[in-house]
Amino acid sequence: MSLELIATLLGGLTIGSALMVVISKHPVRSVLYLVLTFFLISSNYILMNAQFIAIVNIIVYAGAIMVLFLFVLMLLNLNTENEPKSTLLVKVSAVIAGGLLFTVLIAALREGVVMAQPGIIDANDQGLVENLGRLLFTKYVLPFEVSSVLFIAAMVGAVLMAKREKQTVD
Amino acid sequence: METSEWIEKFVLIVILFLVTLGIAAYLTYFERKVAAWFQDRIGPDRAGPFGILQPLADGGKLFFKEDFIPFAAEKWLFILGPGIAMFTALMTGAVIPWSTDLVLFGQEIALQVADVNIGILFIMGFLSIGVYGIMIGGWASNNKYSLFSAIRASSQMISYELAMGIVVITIVMMSGSLSLRDITNAQHGMNWNVFYQPVAFIVFFVCALAETNRAPFDLPECESELIGGYHTEYGSMKMGFYLFAEYVSLFTSSVVIAVLFFGGYNFPGMDYFEGNTLALLGLGALFLKTFFFVFVFMWIRWTLPRFRFDQLMHLGWKSLIPISLINMLITGIVTAFNEGWF
Repeated sequence: MSLELIATLLGGLTIGSALMVVISKHPVRSVLYLVLTFFLISSNYILMNAQFIAIVNIIVYAGAIMVLFLFVLMLLNLNTENEPKSTLLVKVSAVIAGGLLFTVLIAALREGVVMAQPGIIDANDQGLVENLGRLLFTKYVLPFEVSSVLFIAAMVGAVLMAKREKQTVD
Repeated sequence: METSEWIEKFVLIVILFLVTLGIAAYLTYFERKVAAWFQDRIGPDRAGPFGILQPLADGGKLFFKEDFIPFAAEKWLFILGPGIAMFTALMTGAVIPWSTDLVLFGQEIALQVADVNIGILFIMGFLSIGVYGIMIGGWASNNKYSLFSAIRASSQMISYELAMGIVVITIVMMSGSLSLRDITNAQHGMNWNVFYQPVAFIVFFVCALAETNRAPFDLPECESELIGGYHTEYGSMKMGFYLFAEYVSLFTSSVVIAVLFFGGYNFPGMDYFEGNTLALLGLGALFLKTFFFVFVFMWIRWTLPRFRFDQLMHLGWKSLIPISLINMLITGIVTAFNEGWF
């Protein structure tokens, strides 16, 4: 099937570019690979006919958050000389922590999720805006509102932090 | 999709691509003529009658210049920058409904490459990633002026995207759809959004000026402070791509303004026509509106002085965002009232 071939290809590319985020030596290159990863994830969404989520993923993550990441990294002017030296202990503990996270994720996802086949979601168009909005305001209204409260808390926190810094300068 | 549909879309994409590039090329000529008119000069008149071949001469010159990459630049990112700028500028044309269906060879041909469910968000998405072209190019040049310019561009674009997005929400509320085809059809005849949403139009227009890096918001390429801004280190066709991308996005943002606020291909008295005549007249109406806005963009560029950067940020965050938020609130209340929710 050509659809399966496309899905496999995109999945492979996504994982490849996600790996490049970690492997790249230069932080700016890492961020650019991360942007590429977001695009590939969006294309996976489109394959599942979730157009709205795909484009919102691009606007929010690739278009805004990653621009800010890049912004900060460009200003920092990171060189290899002032890069923090990682000792053997740090490396070993990082490997253990990463391995534990990986194990937990595998354990959680191994049985619980029925793997969504690309093309199957086409049938009910769940990812289109109208249906998504209806679901968000009826079936999933509580999680939706709770997450919005979380966002407001984060925004208030960000504003407070920015304000406090200004007062000390004055 | 059937083979005929593939061919149809392919032909449409090629035509759209060529027309957009051709218009962008002639906008450079048009801009110089407009500038000359505003400054009481003659403008380019050497190449061909009225200087009509000037864009070809400029393009040829840029093509045959030495393609140079600075020693300290990041080579691949330096090449990637102009490419991204051009790509994102050209992509937005894909979702725009150019006119009603055209009947050719016994087949209905939709004059729109893709009527996606999320049309307007697609445009917003490509606008928001358009900044990567400038950022990557500016950073990869390894020049402090270019870096300043890249940082200015990114902060400016993110700030103005917010107000623009909120305004787009009000328009979506008016038509109840994100598809540009539906938004256009909701403004049938003279029923244009600009009469209902004048404030939204003004905010959107200012944001469009900022998003396309046009004067008075052209701080990323402010010559008096930053030499040439992000394209200081660029030469030959790479710089040509940056300049060209600016004109392509000038054209597409004028089209988007015409579609969102001025009824796209709708024109008064369109009910008297049908079929191909209607489609062609609609196309003409859309282009007429578009070129009017292109002219207004140029008019502003050659009339107003450049803002200071803090003024730009103040205008974006302290004026446009509150105005558009209040506008959205009022639109929401009125819409709810009309739907009979009270």
